[in-house]
Amino acid sequence: MAEAIGNGGVLGLMGMIGYGILALPFLSFLVNGLWLGRKSAKASAWTATLLMAMTLILAVFLALYYRGQVLMHPDAHPDRSLMLWDHSWMSFALEPGTVLAAKFGFLLDPISMMMVLVISFISFLVNLYSIGYMKDDKGAGRFFPLLAFFSFTMLGLVVSSNLAQTFFFWELVGAASYLLIGFWYAKPSAVAASKKAFVLTRLADAFFLMGLLVTGIVAGGFDFARLNGPEAADSLNHTVGGGIFACNLLTLGTLGIYLGAWGKSAMFPFHVWLPDAMEGPTPVSSLIHSATMVVAGVYLTARLFPLFSAAEHTLRVVEFTGAFTAVFAAAIACAQTDLKRILAFSTLSQLGLMMFALGTGGEAYTASMFHIFTHAFFKCLLFLSAGVVIHAVHGNDVRDAGGLRKLLPRTYWSTLIAVLAIAGIFPFAGFFSKEEILHAAFASGRYGAFLAGLATSALTAFYMSRYFFLVFHGKRRGHAALATAPGAGASHDGRGQAESDSSGPGPIHEGFLMTLPIVILAVPSALAGWLGKDFFRAQMRLWPLDSMGEGAAGLSHGIHVAGGASGAEWLPIVATLLAVSGMAVSWYWYGMKNRGPGFPGRIAPAWYRVLANKFYVDEAYLFLAKRVAGRWIARPADWIERHIVNGAFDWVTGALRGIAFLQSLFHNGQIQVYIFVALTGLVVLALTAGLGF
Amino acid sequence: MNLTTCLMLSAALFAIGAFGLVTRRNLIAALMSLELMVIAALINFIAFARFGVHSAGHPESGSVFALFAVAVTAAEMALALAIVIAVHRQRKHLDVRELDGLHG
Repeated sequence: MAEAIGNGGVLGLMGMIGYGILALPFLSFLVNGLWLGRKSAKASAWTATLLMAMTLILAVFLALYYRGQVLMHPDAHPDRSLMLWDHSWMSFALEPGTVLAAKFGFLLDPISMMMVLVISFISFLVNLYSIGYMKDDKGAGRFFPLLAFFSFTMLGLVVSSNLAQTFFFWELVGAASYLLIGFWYAKPSAVAASKKAFVLTRLADAFFLMGLLVTGIVAGGFDFARLNGPEAADSLNHTVGGGIFACNLLTLGTLGIYLGAWGKSAMFPFHVWLPDAMEGPTPVSSLIHSATMVVAGVYLTARLFPLFSAAEHTLRVVEFTGAFTAVFAAAIACAQTDLKRILAFSTLSQLGLMMFALGTGGEAYTASMFHIFTHAFFKCLLFLSAGVVIHAVHGNDVRDAGGLRKLLPRTYWSTLIAVLAIAGIFPFAGFFSKEEILHAAFASGRYGAFLAGLATSALTAFYMSRYFFLVFHGKRRGHAALATAPGAGASHDGRGQAESDSSGPGPIHEGFLMTLPIVILAVPSALAGWLGKDFFRAQMRLWPLDSMGEGAAGLSHGIHVAGGASGAEWLPIVATLLAVSGMAVSWYWYGMKNRGPGFPGRIAPAWYRVLANKFYVDEAYLFLAKRVAGRWIARPADWIERHIVNGAFDWVTGALRGIAFLQSLFHNGQIQVYIFVALTGLVVLALTAGLGF
Repeated sequence: MNLTTCLMLSAALFAIGAFGLVTRRNLIAALMSLELMVIAALINFIAFARFGVHSAGHPESGSVFALFAVAVTAAEMALALAIVIAVHRQRKHLDVRELDGLHG
């Protein structure tokens, strides 16, 4: 009995911590956004960082409690999940007995706990970094509340207890990223990029909403516990309609939901918004690319993974889009010259890996979550260090960088770790998670996706080391070469935009607040894989499926003995060889021979041009939007709008205006006219009543 | 004398009052017309009390209402005449057609 009371106390405490984790970033948003940000940007920056640090501490406490309460007691929690609280704030009675409720809950399970930790950790470091990065920006007081809001929305998303809450926060994440990408609203390219991100993800979200409604209404609720249960898939799994309109509700619903994830995680062809999103300040890019926004799509797919597993066709779509995007984006990244654009395409490619891992089904779930985890650290590090480089050379172009090794030593070494991690070199973080993904793809027999994964690893190693050698090795290029004299005077304007030559060269230095987060992030980038792999294998599994039995136990042991039963002991060696050869080629071209960023263009100009232009996808969008949609849809619609819809409205307003004019004749201030009208009305009333109308 | 003649008298008084209220240009004349209309209503009270089927046995109830209403009307008229005097002091005339301040 005493133990039960103790448990209740601990659960209550965990619930309070749950409230705190959501409330602190929101408080930071309110306080800084409404009041402190206008008073003092510096105070607002430190307040936001402090509150985020408190959030991180709460998250760590919650993780400890979660470990003690749930992971240590697997018998009491077979699915390893714990609902801290779940409030219903709006409910609709569908038919007697069934209620469709919109709830607001805090669901803890291995993946949401992992995401809460990652988001609060990354957000804290990004906040710390931004203090230095946004120091000279006039809008800094506006920046920190938005950053806190971004973290709040993503935290709310990952702890959702149901799909409706997920959608709610999903949209808020989109809104927050819109505000932050377009943070420098005076810059036309930033405004265009934020609009692009918003419109494209909104297009995908429309499908998400449809899928959500189909799934929720047919399955009878939005709770993940219900949707991921076997009954939901059974009740959805029937065909409606006939002929060419016949469709399976399970496929339709999950595909709709996946389309939302497709847009948010920027899988091809929705990917075009992500490379442009780097128009925002660099800390925002690093948040978007590592912990918030883009991983939301992968997270959603993982969250509904049991339901998706039942929908074979949807899984194939997930696998195909993921594998294609992985290779496609990796190829493009090889020919880009913009620092952040290279990193953006690398994110796309890594997201593709996570996504196709989920699409291969079964045990790749663990691998995908593991990759989200490790990727968050090294991708955040890469973006933050790119921000330092941009500050140093006043431009985003690798052609302006080069030879920064001596000038930015701490950034150099940290970036080296992150590059080795993302390239998948033993024993850095990316090696383990990428191995898991490749193993899982191989073991599930999806060889197409497996080969795509191998190709992606080789390309990743190539373009990341290309980036690295171009930025840090070789000679200084461009006008930045002038900036080597320390203390040259002009301070940087704090904006990541490519500066024209008129901007004076600033001193090159590594600010303490900006390098500290980078150095901190280098630790998990190096060690997260090594330390995390056993924990992930043991805990990040599909517990509900496991507890149902049905042979899942056999599956879970097949792959998870690394290289054991899957018959792929050679896989780490092959993958490492591919990665090393990718890096070797890149070192030969860019490190040793020092051939400059545009080098392969001289060997295969046509290919290089296609890659440098990102396979002309943006141009295809423009063509579709202007020539096809513009000419054949927008113009007729415009004509109809002007002449028919507006025409009808003009008639109606004209008639109303005439009636109003007639009425106004009686309102002339003559009290006798008023009395006359009233008496006439009385007589008419009396007559109609008397005549029995 | 029966109910019908009483009601006809009342209706005639009401019509005259209404006509006067709408047509007279002098504010005091208009108020007098208004008073005629009130009186018409009071005649109805008394007539129904005297001849009506439901009030048999209590003919005085109608008179009580009427007396009550006359008292109230008297008070109302005192107020109205005060307003008339105020209007006259300000405008130096009492022409209803000119008093179109209600015009927004």
